[in-house]
Amino acid sequence: MLNTIYRLVKPRNFEIEFEEIDLNDDVVIVRPSFLSICNADQRYYQGKRAPEVLKKKLPMALIHEAVGEVVYDSREEFDVGQKVVMIPNTPFEKDSVIAENYLRSSKFRASGFDGFMQDNVAMRRDRLIELPDNIDLRVGAFIEIISVSYHTVQRFLKFSHRRKDSIAIWGDGNLAFLVSIILKHELPDVKLYIMGIHDDKMAGFVFAEDTFHVNEIPENMTFDHAFECVGGQGCEMADNQIIDYIRPEGSIALMGVSENRVPLNTRMVLEKGLKIFGSSRSGYEDFKNTVEFLSQNDKAAQLIANLIDSVIDVRSVEDMNRAFESDIKKAGGKTIMKWNV
Amino acid sequence: MVYGVILAGGIGSRMGSVEKPKQFINIGGKPIIIHTVEKFMMISRFEKIIVLCPEDWIEYTDEIISKYIKNREKIVVLKGGDTRNETLMNAVKYIDEKGVLDDETVIVTHDAVRPFVTTRILKDNIESMDFCDACDTVVAATDTIVESFDGQTISQIPDRKFLYQGQTPQTFKAKKLWELYEALTKAEKDILTDAAKIFAIKGQKVHLVSGETYNIKITYPYDITVAEALIKNEI
Repeated sequence: MLNTIYRLVKPRNFEIEFEEIDLNDDVVIVRPSFLSICNADQRYYQGKRAPEVLKKKLPMALIHEAVGEVVYDSREEFDVGQKVVMIPNTPFEKDSVIAENYLRSSKFRASGFDGFMQDNVAMRRDRLIELPDNIDLRVGAFIEIISVSYHTVQRFLKFSHRRKDSIAIWGDGNLAFLVSIILKHELPDVKLYIMGIHDDKMAGFVFAEDTFHVNEIPENMTFDHAFECVGGQGCEMADNQIIDYIRPEGSIALMGVSENRVPLNTRMVLEKGLKIFGSSRSGYEDFKNTVEFLSQNDKAAQLIANLIDSVIDVRSVEDMNRAFESDIKKAGGKTIMKWNV
Repeated sequence: MVYGVILAGGIGSRMGSVEKPKQFINIGGKPIIIHTVEKFMMISRFEKIIVLCPEDWIEYTDEIISKYIKNREKIVVLKGGDTRNETLMNAVKYIDEKGVLDDETVIVTHDAVRPFVTTRILKDNIESMDFCDACDTVVAATDTIVESFDGQTISQIPDRKFLYQGQTPQTFKAKKLWELYEALTKAEKDILTDAAKIFAIKGQKVHLVSGETYNIKITYPYDITVAEALIKNEI
């Protein structure tokens, strides 16, 4: 089938291209329905990645957060019309120790190969998870970032010591919000402290014990563990603040992506005996557990739905540009594209 | 119920010296008609996909569909008629013979030689049937259209902003189309080569659906070159 793909060819420029999909291959064809724009997409769209990276990766279809509907399955295992979430991480080997999202051989949609901005997407059947009817598809669109939060929280529970009375989260964006919700679900009695820079955004963390501007953190502030959900230029300050304030033997989860190397106060890391671990992306099991989490926790799902900033009807390339430009200007939350192209 | 109707009735008289009707020519390593049928297979609302082709090519069409498409239960190959509209009526008659033709039966009719049709265009066609009985897929005209009655001099140059180029799909309430067509005289039938025109001439509203410039009709050998270039992303 001649599939239409909407690829970013250079910053702010999408072009229509075609690619043949062999329907007799062992693939499931999914028609995307709701797509969610991530900061990683914006870095490509705005040309904020290094020139050599852009040269190597473009043209490429963006978006790695999306839900859709099965329209064809050569093996007829998935019902036509079944709502599914598409997993962007695509492993090519199995390892009994290393998770699929950390295998260097794995490829990731909208990074190593085309993302979901396509008329139809040919998916490997092990990269699809059926969605129950009670999941809002607009929320379903960004299950990927929820699953990344879920994945990190599970790793944290595995790596960290047993005292978990208080946890601080640096960042007041979407990732910080999602991590907080999942932490509160896993550890209902934990005291969460949010360290951010936007008072209006921090006000949305209604389940937190307290929120502080990063320049006004009380000197006597301390906590057992921390999550850094800042990324970019702010990483250095956030990571070093965490190292300063955290109690000894605490665990620090690094989640924010930085294009630059970040100098850390390693002397204090050593003195306090801290555990710092990185987390990135997520895999099949994380998606599966996240779908279950959303389906069984109405209240959490409702809070997460509040992250939706706008849903933009996309019927043309011009609409795609409109959605990305609107996403740049948004105060916060997620921009969802209703895929009618 | 909604039926996909793929019109492969042409014998490719404009294709020059090629031996096969144009819908059977390969682009991207596969016959054009297969690409088109595959696009229709992505639309779950189609009860059946009816492919109409010249009588002499029925066996061939059936064979290539079986060769390229594994799950082909939905696809039916029928004989086309002498004209485009007669071909279309054969599809309507087929639905009628199955005893399922009613006022709400919809046929989405499409040229076999337009394989670049998108899911959005097909869906917009189907969804327009919620509020109208006929629709036509169009794109705004980019060339100035010149009208000449004698082929020698200009009669008039219509204002381009009101002009569109017709593509397919064209979608109709099948029963209504049949009734309107049967009410035409032989002379009218000869003139009305376009099914949407049957509705328009009888004062029925025909809704416009936005097409895409790349939803090209592969008519001339040059179009094959364009289509191949589109697939290889050389344009």
